Amino acid sequence: MTQRNPWLETDRIIDDRRSRIIVCCGSGGVGKTTTAAAIGLRAAERGRQVCVLTVDPARRLAQSMGLTALDNTPRLVDGVSPDSGGSLHAMMLDMKRTFDEIVEAHADPARAAQILANPFYQSLSSSFAGTQEYMAMEKLGQLRRSDEWDLIVVDTPPSRSALDFLDAPERLGRFLDGRLIRILTTPAKATRPFTKVLNAGFSMVTGTLTKILGAQVLRDAQTFVTAFDTMFGGFRERAESTYRLLQAPGTAFLVVAAPEPDALREASYFVERLDEERMPLAGLILNRVHRPPTVPLSAPRSLAAAETLESIPNDPLVPAAGMAAAALRLHAERMSLSEREQRVAGAFTSAHPAVPVAEVPALPVDVHDLAGLREIGRLLALPGSTGPAGERES
Amino acid sequence: MTARDTDWDGVRLHVVTGKGGTGKTTVAAALALALAHGGRKVLLIEAEGRQGIARLFDRPPLPYEERKIAIGPGGNGDGGAPGGDLYALAIDPEGALLDYLQMFYNMRSAGHVLTKLGMVDFATTIAPGLADVLVTGKATEAARRRATPGGKYKYDAVVMDAPPTGRIGRFLNVSAEVSGLAKVGPIRSHADTVANVIKSPQTAVHFVSTLEEMPVQETLDGIAELRRIKGLHIGGIVINMARQAVLSREQLTAPVDVTALATALGKAGLHTTEPLAASLAAELAEHARHVALQDGERADLDTAGQPVYELPLIAEGVDLAALYRLARELRAQGAA
Repeated sequence: MTQRNPWLETDRIIDDRRSRIIVCCGSGGVGKTTTAAAIGLRAAERGRQVCVLTVDPARRLAQSMGLTALDNTPRLVDGVSPDSGGSLHAMMLDMKRTFDEIVEAHADPARAAQILANPFYQSLSSSFAGTQEYMAMEKLGQLRRSDEWDLIVVDTPPSRSALDFLDAPERLGRFLDGRLIRILTTPAKATRPFTKVLNAGFSMVTGTLTKILGAQVLRDAQTFVTAFDTMFGGFRERAESTYRLLQAPGTAFLVVAAPEPDALREASYFVERLDEERMPLAGLILNRVHRPPTVPLSAPRSLAAAETLESIPNDPLVPAAGMAAAALRLHAERMSLSEREQRVAGAFTSAHPAVPVAEVPALPVDVHDLAGLREIGRLLALPGSTGPAGERES
Repeated sequence: MTARDTDWDGVRLHVVTGKGGTGKTTVAAALALALAHGGRKVLLIEAEGRQGIARLFDRPPLPYEERKIAIGPGGNGDGGAPGGDLYALAIDPEGALLDYLQMFYNMRSAGHVLTKLGMVDFATTIAPGLADVLVTGKATEAARRRATPGGKYKYDAVVMDAPPTGRIGRFLNVSAEVSGLAKVGPIRSHADTVANVIKSPQTAVHFVSTLEEMPVQETLDGIAELRRIKGLHIGGIVINMARQAVLSREQLTAPVDVTALATALGKAGLHTTEPLAASLAAELAEHARHVALQDGERADLDTAGQPVYELPLIAEGVDLAALYRLARELRAQGAA
């Protein structure tokens, strides 16, 4: 890497008792969930009381932590070394149940029942866009307030954009507070004198909505909004308190990326965004890095040697010529892959020279047990190529 | 059709999905390029505004407008036939809503008012199903559009870079998504029209996977999920970023003679051949393990019983030239 960023010492973060929340974020497919689980396990085995909150994990990863059902309750993970007095709980988010619980907590039973039965509520609470992000943050807030764990590690939902989870609570709040809602909740016969002109506008809008959506959809929307109205304040407050929690000094954001242009572009946006929102960024975890092989033979030289071998006639004295040529081509491919990754990562580190970075090498197999998670945690804690020279892992 | 039949003759709308990180957008673009041959017109649609297509084709961000972005491969590889035209469109729910209002109600200005009032937030926040209907609606409209009334189709094929595997079932099951909300009414009938196209043999859903455990599992789960949605047609599985075996399986599993390897390296004019040979032997051994793992994942993908295509890993990264190369691969393998 041309730019040598500071080294992200994950062990220092997890060993610091003041760290209470670690948020792993990043675009889809970069190994966020695995990273969150590995950090959780490592922290537990270093003496912390940890809860890992995960959203939509791959089945085998979930199984590795003994999670079999989406039951919204933290479960004790078996097989964690008890030597240092730590423990690990893990849970999968049940977005609909989390939402239902908020409704039940904020409305009287009759109104809650009315909301839960509304088709709009059902669509909102079981859909993936936005609600999942919002509920993940809500659950994080609940876990934190319960004070049962001294460290919560959360992996953010697989949003199409890594930023969605920061925006979702706000977006939902903006919507629930929005003008459209006021129009929908304005009784058709509201007759305050100065709103006469406005009312004409309103009826145009409701007329249009009826035309597009149909009267029944509009009626359901109105019922939903009216029933929900009393809860809006509570919702905003909750969203705001979770937001403040994320800004608090005990929180550490870890941006996870793979050495791919898209993933790192997303990571860049995220780093800038966290800064704007005054959220505490701890650093970047660069996952699945292909380290260059140890032999100092460049890709062009390796290819040239392969060509030389391929061009000479079969020689019984050199039986391994074919194999050597293949090995040299393979080596050249690995060198170019690793060079490309360094170039791509260099674009990020040059733009964000102060962001601490930790690297995890690409592993040949996926993780499906605690031993695999433990290994990831170990690799994560090692100084990588961005660390001080001489401490480089071979 | 030109010279020969492909696996997807008769398919007008190609939906491309895959787990995040598998190169779904790249494969969708390569497929669209591959289809744009012999003077055919193809539209490549980006359903989730990330502007990945613009970046792939080295263009500024795409607007909500069908724009020509490339010429399909022609020439020698295609018996001298000319290339076709590739158009691209980035769909966002807001643009799709305005389009919908204009097309069905001639009410674009009302649409602007609704946008200002948060109608789009309404659609995407309260009922993401509605946003999906608008987006898939635009794609199906493009697939069915005629150049002239009753004449030829405007596009010979439409390729949609769709949401990832985890969301694809909901995304495509539009009528079910909306039916909870609207039992009757215009949105419902629009959803039904869209569903009729999506659940016809004119639409195929292709899956992109890499030869790694999680993407393969997600692909198999995704295919199983879509098979439960009546009428949807599963297309092919495109294996992306496959590492090519540098030697035969037999050679790879045989023990490496490091001394012989060193001799060969010396013959190639390299120095310090002993440590170099040892290191290369280790790389070969790792490669052999990797190839064996890939073979296992490939066998798992085969259990889905769908046509499988395979694209190589491009170590230097995918640029425009690489995209054409991938398109030729897909075409040579019969995907287009």
